[in-house]
Amino acid sequence: MKFSKDHEWVTVSGGIATIGISTHAQEQLGDVVFVDLPKKGRVVKAHESVATVESVKAASDVYVPVSGEVVEVNAELAGDPALVNRAPEAEGWFMKVKLSNEAELAELMDKTANDKFVS
Amino acid sequence: MSERSQRTALYDEHVGLGARMVPFAGYDMPVQYPMGILNEHKWTRENAGLFDVSHMGQWDVTGPNVFAAFEKLVAADVRGLADNQQRYSQFLNPQGGILDDLMVTRRGSSLYVVVNAGCKATDLVHARSVLPAEIKISVRDDLALLALQGPKAEAVLAKHDASVRAMKFMHSQALNIAGIAVAASRSGYTGEDGFELSVSTKDVVALWKILLADANVKPIGLGARDSLRLEAGLCLYGHDIDETTSPAEAGLQWSIPKQRRIDGGFIGAERVQRELAQGVVRKRVGIKPEGRAPARDGTEVQDLSGRKIGMITSGGFGPTVNGPVAMGYVETASAVVGTKIQLIVRGQALPAVVCALPFVPNTFKR
Repeated sequence: MKFSKDHEWVTVSGGIATIGISTHAQEQLGDVVFVDLPKKGRVVKAHESVATVESVKAASDVYVPVSGEVVEVNAELAGDPALVNRAPEAEGWFMKVKLSNEAELAELMDKTANDKFVS
Repeated sequence: MSERSQRTALYDEHVGLGARMVPFAGYDMPVQYPMGILNEHKWTRENAGLFDVSHMGQWDVTGPNVFAAFEKLVAADVRGLADNQQRYSQFLNPQGGILDDLMVTRRGSSLYVVVNAGCKATDLVHARSVLPAEIKISVRDDLALLALQGPKAEAVLAKHDASVRAMKFMHSQALNIAGIAVAASRSGYTGEDGFELSVSTKDVVALWKILLADANVKPIGLGARDSLRLEAGLCLYGHDIDETTSPAEAGLQWSIPKQRRIDGGFIGAERVQRELAQGVVRKRVGIKPEGRAPARDGTEVQDLSGRKIGMITSGGFGPTVNGPVAMGYVETASAVVGTKIQLIVRGQALPAVVCALPFVPNTFKR
């Protein structure tokens, strides 16, 4: 799992990136009550704001850390947005993106670097 | 450069409890404790929540004919207050816009006033400029303020002082909580029964700890305070009311008694009288988004043809409602309960409906 400076995480399998927000990000947000996800098929660019996560208190942008096409979004979040709080780096994933430029992954931090970054 | 935030006497308690501190109205205040806003909100609706609201301004106003003098500042019936009775009112500017909202209580021959933290400096200048020189305003920086809100608040306090059970809504009295002298009023900002407890800053840490030692009481931050008051349909100064809005537009005419509407004699009376006679062009209403997406402060409100008819002034997620809730101003023609509207959130028109306030029925002790 790799992390962006905007507190998203990415795992890659077979050219498809699964993207969510980090444990640190969900702790900062507090109780998540709504997630606005992009439409399947949308072509996104790295660092673009593609989703919004709403806590009781505020709305926050989610920046996609890699470029590509959104091939799937997590439908579970519509009925159970608190999944983002309970399992941010697992079942609370946001979207899957078919990578168009795998070189962008090199810009991301590994867990050790990210732990240092957020501490 | 911003000025360094002030701290209430309970700052170390908040940090010790693991609160997330945020700047609010010039103070470092707890926005939430580890329990989180959703659970803090629900706890307050079901048990008793303890809030530090010591950032708010507390004044004693004294002097000859102080009740009549204060009626120049507010449209409430101050002269008609019984001893220890409290009323909600607003300071208005000469154009009838709202400078702040406040609570005023008669205590013997003086008045006790609570004003918003963000307005307290300008309120003082305003009040000083209106009141005659012989009326004295003592800013009680020596006092802290707690709020204990929720259905179990009375029982919690009654363990220490049973006389609290006889207190009526919007009345105050002295309580003795484990030897600490407290000036309590039965009022609050959550829509629940509850109390506001004015206490010496020297005693507030002890009082805070005594109340939190009760298993029915949890500390509650500003985040839940905001969602509780929004569900209760209560205005937040700087959002739902400000200098551009008037009492009639905000639906606060219930706080202006008939005789004072007739007589006037308070700053801003001309607009109040005109609007109560002729109506207003826009009104504050409840707004219920039909989907799950919250619509926040500043969201444009349109009619179904896409014409802008107003704006949301407070909006978010209502934990008790279990869905998004909002309030805002719309043109009077669209202010009828049941009117279908749309909210422009991130470029998309989301369906919503004008609804009655509050979203959650209040449980005040009448």
